[in-house]
Amino acid sequence: MIQIQALNKWFGDHHVLHDVDLEVAQGEVLVVIGPSGSGKSTLCRCLNRLESASSGTIRIDGVPVPEEGRELARLRADVGMVFQSFNLFQHKTVLENVVLAPMKVRGVGRAEAERTARELLERVGIAEQAGKLPARLSGGQQQRAAIARALAMRPKVMLFDEPTSALDPEMVGEVLDVMAGLAADGMTMVVVTHEMGFARRAADRVVFMDGGRIVETGRPDTFFEAPRTDRARDFLAKVLTH
Amino acid sequence: MSVLLDHLPEFWEGLVVTLQLTAASFAGAAVLGLVVTSMRVSPVAVLRGIGTAYVETFQNLPLLVLLVLAVFGLPEIGIKADLLVTAVVVIAVYEAAYIAEALRSGVNAVSAGQGEAARALGLTFGQSLRHVVLPQALRTVIQPLGNVFIALTMNTSLAAAVGVVDLTAAANRVNLIEAQPIPIFVGAGLAYALVAACVGLVTGRLERRLVTAG
Repeated sequence: MIQIQALNKWFGDHHVLHDVDLEVAQGEVLVVIGPSGSGKSTLCRCLNRLESASSGTIRIDGVPVPEEGRELARLRADVGMVFQSFNLFQHKTVLENVVLAPMKVRGVGRAEAERTARELLERVGIAEQAGKLPARLSGGQQQRAAIARALAMRPKVMLFDEPTSALDPEMVGEVLDVMAGLAADGMTMVVVTHEMGFARRAADRVVFMDGGRIVETGRPDTFFEAPRTDRARDFLAKVLTH
Repeated sequence: MSVLLDHLPEFWEGLVVTLQLTAASFAGAAVLGLVVTSMRVSPVAVLRGIGTAYVETFQNLPLLVLLVLAVFGLPEIGIKADLLVTAVVVIAVYEAAYIAEALRSGVNAVSAGQGEAARALGLTFGQSLRHVVLPQALRTVIQPLGNVFIALTMNTSLAAAVGVVDLTAAANRVNLIEAQPIPIFVGAGLAYALVAACVGLVTGRLERRLVTAG
């Protein structure tokens, strides 16, 4: 579903991604972990070209990610993205947030778009919040609304860029539950997160990044029980002790 | 005071022309300003360059120079238009630069994540600007836009210098007959102040309503 080859990214002189190669299969749940500044968010943002790669190729469903323009917009329509800071459209109600892209990008009629939106809001457990503005919702509800908004486009892949990092601890669970549900339904997912519990529970494969490189990949049970590299061992020792 | 009442019809006609100039050129400036703002925040470097050049050019030229140039210069190269229309177009083109700057500050005030989320959903740049970024930007710039509107109202008086018989020109004509500059120009000034006060009132209300609407 996703093929990344020799991906490099510089921000000015700063080399953020070093020759990253990675494949994500259809239906696979890939969890990317690593310390802050390891390039995992940048990697995620390169996949739908919110950041442009400095070199290397990214293919999604066999198609190279296009440059700016309508082709790129078409690709992004098939790639859902959930952000750390939710980024719900502040001036629109939850329902309007969810129906906007299906109506404007896919040309779906309002009645059908709203029906789908209400089903999705039901699925993420916030059907009763449909008429509210995002500012009136809790962080967890906002993030679930953002997931519903992305799902409304019926994406082939979902990208999650630290979806729970901005949440109060008691709201992390409700968002992770929705994501675990999606994973169980067979959605192809790339999840950048600090939630090791989620990685253990829902991931098919874990990728550990450090210093802009992929240091280790493996099945979650083997990765968490017996990491092969020192850096992964150090990292896990730090995040799992508290 | 009686001098104003004696010449009420002239003042009234002048005021109507001033209001026409104001409304028409503001409408034109708003549309043009929106286009220039869109260019200035566009991902295409050439469009950004054109937008920046537009703003820099018209903010750095006096409106009176532009009016004189258009009214007396354009007929020289064969472009003839109604005087009022010429004045409206010139004022609109000039004020569009200021509207574009006000709008751009509003666009910058909208967090980058809003546009990113829109584009990540597959909206084109134009769609994300139209449906997501600009509606939020507008709320934050109602007051600056009101200020541009008021400045534009005052600037329409420069049209008097190229022969448009607006409120200022009407006052001037009455003064040539009556030679009572103080009541005549104070009266004209009050009429401008009244228009500006109305604009202030409307923008204040608009802002309050949009802010409470979320």
